[in-house]
Amino acid sequence: MTINSDTMRHLSEAQVSVELETEDMTLNIGPQHPSTHGVLRLVARIDGERAFDVQPVIGYMHRGYEKICEVRTYPQITTIINRIDWVSGYANEIPFIVAAEKLMEVEVPERAQYIRLILTEMARISSHLIFMASYPLELGAATPLFFALRERERVLDLLESVTGGRFHPNFNRIGGVKPAAGAGPTMKKTSQDLPANFLPETRSAMDRVMEVCDELEDLVAGNEIILARTRGVGVIPVEVAAAYGLSGPNLRASGVPFDLRKIEDYLPYDRFEFDVITGENGDCWDRWHCRLQEIRESGKIIQQAIDDIPSGDLLAKVPKLIKVPKGETYVRAENPKGEMGYYLVSDGKDGPYRLKIRSASFSNLSILPWVLEGVLVPDIIAIMGSLDFVLGDVDR
Amino acid sequence: MIELLTDLFSNFWVSLAGKLALVALMIPLIGMALGFAEIKLSAKMQARVGPYFAGGRWGWAQLIADGIKFFQKEDIIPTAADRPVFKAAPMLVLVSTVALLVVIPFGPGLIFRDLSVGVFYALAVSSLSTIGILMAGWSSGNKYSLIGGLRAAGQLIAYELPLVLAVVGAVIMAGTMSMSGIVEAQIAAGFPYVIVQFVGFGIFLVAALAELTRIPFDMPIAESELVMGYLTEYSGFRFLFFFLAEFANMFTLSAIAATLFLGGYWLPGVPESVLEFAGPAILLGKVFLLAFVMIWFRWTFPRFREDQLQTLAWKWLVPLALANIAVTAVLKVVL
Repeated sequence: MTINSDTMRHLSEAQVSVELETEDMTLNIGPQHPSTHGVLRLVARIDGERAFDVQPVIGYMHRGYEKICEVRTYPQITTIINRIDWVSGYANEIPFIVAAEKLMEVEVPERAQYIRLILTEMARISSHLIFMASYPLELGAATPLFFALRERERVLDLLESVTGGRFHPNFNRIGGVKPAAGAGPTMKKTSQDLPANFLPETRSAMDRVMEVCDELEDLVAGNEIILARTRGVGVIPVEVAAAYGLSGPNLRASGVPFDLRKIEDYLPYDRFEFDVITGENGDCWDRWHCRLQEIRESGKIIQQAIDDIPSGDLLAKVPKLIKVPKGETYVRAENPKGEMGYYLVSDGKDGPYRLKIRSASFSNLSILPWVLEGVLVPDIIAIMGSLDFVLGDVDR
Repeated sequence: MIELLTDLFSNFWVSLAGKLALVALMIPLIGMALGFAEIKLSAKMQARVGPYFAGGRWGWAQLIADGIKFFQKEDIIPTAADRPVFKAAPMLVLVSTVALLVVIPFGPGLIFRDLSVGVFYALAVSSLSTIGILMAGWSSGNKYSLIGGLRAAGQLIAYELPLVLAVVGAVIMAGTMSMSGIVEAQIAAGFPYVIVQFVGFGIFLVAALAELTRIPFDMPIAESELVMGYLTEYSGFRFLFFFLAEFANMFTLSAIAATLFLGGYWLPGVPESVLEFAGPAILLGKVFLLAFVMIWFRWTFPRFREDQLQTLAWKWLVPLALANIAVTAVLKVVL
């Protein structure tokens, strides 16, 4: 803090009997700060420990993806868009690819759809496990991080064995998924499929994930201090959540059973049984607990998908040079962070004319000034962490 | 030869120099032993290996390497800092810890200075470190440091009273405030005071954790909120001073708790003649037991909020401690 000469004079002139005029302090949290998940900057005006005005400043990571996409061909774009929300890169590719397929009217083979679904749910699990790891850390508990990240590593290894990438799989192709690495056109179909042990290993990995969910519930939910720090903190009522356009677990924690997996048909979710997890109060605790249970639900979906994954082709018949017919469409999907949508406008060329990306974190973050008004400084971090945003997803 | 040494040490200045050298040696040794215990135990609790390469086996030399690293670093003082205060703060924190060692009995007659108001002195001196922390927070010229320093001061209000009140029970039972007197009273009674003073012991442990600013009461540091709290601007050997003080303080407070409640250098069934030389080892064993509990807490619990600590201290710990004193006093008179 810098004390300018005016303040010094002011302090020296103050009489003992006169009540001191206290000024509020402007605290810059970020862009470099341990808990802002990247380069978010919060300008907080605080009076002691209480913040009465918090304004987020975003844009430090703006990479102009929407504009870049206009000068890329369709197959090239998946490399860009899985860097939007990098902790669930695979899930980002799905809505875009589905949008392009919708305009081209390509029928995706069943097996490819199932593989997409399994990998999307695995991306959701790995994203939620990151939240499980980082959120207790923000409240001061370092240990759950290691338990959660250990299981995430297992999931990422499996993702890598299929796609060749841990964070940026770039595995989807228009019309299906990419055949396994190294499989040239002369090789037989079986060798182009999933790695040999992938399905049984995924099944056992899901069992482990379920176990670690129980462990985390023990370690974190069984802790009085965590409950004291999160219950009733950062309550977002349903109307406010809806007004700010929250989606995903943040909205469901407020009690709205809104899940695009049940509404939209971008992947065959209607064939599986799973619950839409909702919270009651919309506080930090509910947001944590919703995500924990969603990991379990995702595990269930994956187990069911492994059970009845059909055989068949991985790629539909598509032309070598992909050109999307003239038209426009909007495809949205339930990403780990919330609703992610692509508004695709095509003028019939090999790249989109315009691509509007609706990312979940951007809208989720927009509630910060409302929810952080009048909270204590430690709660700023607790609430911010519970919204689980990724700055790449905010700025694009 | 031995006579010569005895003669030499009967000289006040020589014996003072000897004691000073002993303390100066003890602080880094204790700091490193507890620091190493912390990094290895936390690794165990978090399914990690921990330091592995330094020194060849189990990474035993890790903290020595760290210490050397800290001394090699540039001594950075921010431009906006209040230089003299910024420089004095870590020393004040370390001094308060060193001063605490004075009254801890390591064996029968093995004590730097057996003050008749030992407990009083220990509690008074241990609060000095908060002033050092406040100085560090204020002088750093950093808003996070300032908030951290003020939080430490606010925390003092919460834990200091329970800390003092928790001790009163043991003092009433022993009938003396001398630290070695309290151990002797426990020997005479034949049981460590924790058996009847478990409430006081629990309160003392909680308040000591708050005094140490360790999780669950590490709000003045609060890495995820205040970057590093009052430590944010410190680097190099000044940071090392804080680091050493933290672990040495953990040692001294554990030693005080062990002396007041766990029988200090005494174990039931061990004859006086053995205590003469086994005393320090017994005390160290108890200290490490308590330190283990503190490390265990640190890697299991999240952090309280400052207002929650105040609630805990004023609504629970203080009334409990007062009730404990009342019951102890009545029983002391009746029995």
